Amino acid sequence: MYEGPVQDLIDELGRLPGIGPKSAQRIAFHLLSTEAADIGRLQDALQKVKEGVVFCEICGNVSEQAKCRICTDPRRDISLICVVEEPKDVLAIERTREFRGRYHVLGGALDPLSGVGPEQLRIRQLLTRIGTTEDGIEVKEVIIATDPNTEGEATATYLVRMLRDFPGLSVTRLASGLPMGGDLEFADELTLGRALSGRRSV
Amino acid sequence: MYVRHLQVTDFRSWAQADLAFEPGPSVLVGANGQGKTNLVEAIGYVATLSSHRVATDAPLIRQGAQRAVVRTAVVNEGRELLVELEITAGKANRARINRAQMPRPREVLGIIRTVLFAPEDLALVRGDPGERRRFMDDALVTRMPRMAGVRADYEKVLRQRGALLKSAGGRRGSSSADLSTLEVWDGHLAKHGAALLGARLDLVADLGPRLTAAYAGVAPESRPATIKYKSSLGDALPPEFGVPDGKRADLELLEVLLLQRLSEMRQQELDRGVCLVGPHRDELELVLGDHPAKGYASHGESWSFALALRLASCEVLRADGIEPVLILDDVFAELDRRRRTCLAEMAVGAEQVFVTAAVEEDVPRELTGAKYRVAGGEITRAE
Ligand SMILES: Nc1ncnc2c1ncn2[C@@H]1O[C@H](COP(=O)(O)OP(=O)(O)OP(=O)(O)O)[C@@H](O)[C@H]1O
Ligand SMILES: [Mg+2]
Ligand SMILES: [Zn+2]
Repeated sequence: MYEGPVQDLIDELGRLPGIGPKSAQRIAFHLLSTEAADIGRLQDALQKVKEGVVFCEICGNVSEQAKCRICTDPRRDISLICVVEEPKDVLAIERTREFRGRYHVLGGALDPLSGVGPEQLRIRQLLTRIGTTEDGIEVKEVIIATDPNTEGEATATYLVRMLRDFPGLSVTRLASGLPMGGDLEFADELTLGRALSGRRSV
Repeated sequence: MYVRHLQVTDFRSWAQADLAFEPGPSVLVGANGQGKTNLVEAIGYVATLSSHRVATDAPLIRQGAQRAVVRTAVVNEGRELLVELEITAGKANRARINRAQMPRPREVLGIIRTVLFAPEDLALVRGDPGERRRFMDDALVTRMPRMAGVRADYEKVLRQRGALLKSAGGRRGSSSADLSTLEVWDGHLAKHGAALLGARLDLVADLGPRLTAAYAGVAPESRPATIKYKSSLGDALPPEFGVPDGKRADLELLEVLLLQRLSEMRQQELDRGVCLVGPHRDELELVLGDHPAKGYASHGESWSFALALRLASCEVLRADGIEPVLILDDVFAELDRRRRTCLAEMAVGAEQVFVTAAVEEDVPRELTGAKYRVAGGEITRAE
């Protein structure tokens, strides 16, 4: 145990995902020896992440503006929506450069153990989005790209049921080949790219 | 297959232990509490990712240490693989095969396959149904390592669905959103449940006759021993599944039957807030003559039954073309001469056998082989 503020900092850092006690200690002492200006920038960034980040009103991804960069990009195909659990999944799929449509971020997956049901996810918004045309263009295909684990699969099944009510809408699921029980985020680009191009109808 | 090398760090009582083995019998002898079982437990852990003595990992880590490490070199049809496991209490374990980090420890299953006989086996007969379900599922994973995934998926779906039933049932009149997500979980429960149930039924079909034969060999003066799979599907389970000379289980049919049963039980499940349908409610019935072994079998009969279950699962693996490593932990002291002989006869045929015993004379002569004295935290090869 260190004294006062240093230990507080170590404790706070240690609470972050993926940071164990050793890393927390290393980061804390690194920060201690860092220039005040650099610390200031970090402080600003931390401040802004809570105040300045909004969620895109169309897709739910983190954004600086009311609508995110992907949703306002005219080259993106409006008729194609890829449904993911988290903003980090958008990044993972973007890295593959295989996908030219837009996204819909659910904000999680069905997870009764954590009290997450359909109402806690942005499912209603997805249905509204599919039911309305934008610039006269209809949504024609929805790709479900939830994680290949228990919760993600259940969410996918639930979405498939809900989307059955839209005649003419094509619903696809990422092709297998993704490691089961895994996390979309950790799939490598090649595998994820292949899963996207080999998606199957459900 | 055989274990050529075992090295443990901070595993149970051992700060360090390093042992080379050969095919054939390896006998570990030493006074009580010297750490013999701890060593074979480490081998069993690499084979099954669980201990035959405790349900959690914490007791496996040497007191005062942060993590235990078990390294084994396994020779399988001339090819050697190095399997390393790092066991940390309350955290995910880490596994490496030939020094390459695996995404999940589960990947090491199947590299070593063991059948372990131990005094704890008495619980197979005397314990509650969970013990026998675990016996079946462990045997399934040894038989088909991919079943570990099925089992894990099933358990996860079960926990999620249980949470939903509890919250939906707790409210007055379930909302339609609850019910529609419940149907989603039903579907997944039925799918994974059918895979697990089907594999168990096929296992029981294969075990049955071998169990009866093994028991007759071990206890010829006793009544005939049989096993029967009892499913939460009740009479809906086709009688030709899970019996010798029957049919291999049809997974699609089982899935449909599970779904049907789930819809029949819907209200009861909501009222009680628990999953009442699925292989987690099933039982492997052990029958001696006309009576269930539990509650009727004598102490000696119970022992013979447990022994016969292990012998039979060994025979099932052999019929599959798998030659498991046998681990006979402290069993000979508990057995009379006939049962010792039965076990020894089967064990000499194995490619590798580990035997632990406090009293050397308890080990049948057939199993004399490499001998290791375990005392005072040291292991010495004896002649
Ligand atoms: N996590 C642990 N840390 C330190 N010591 C442990 C730990 N777990 C068990 N032990 C010690 O290991 C010893 C038991 O070892 P083990 O069960 O292998 O004995 P054994 O040689 O098989 O004895 P027996 O002949 O009675 O079966 C006990 O003395 C126990 O205190
Ligand atoms: Mg012992
Ligand atoms: Zn957007």
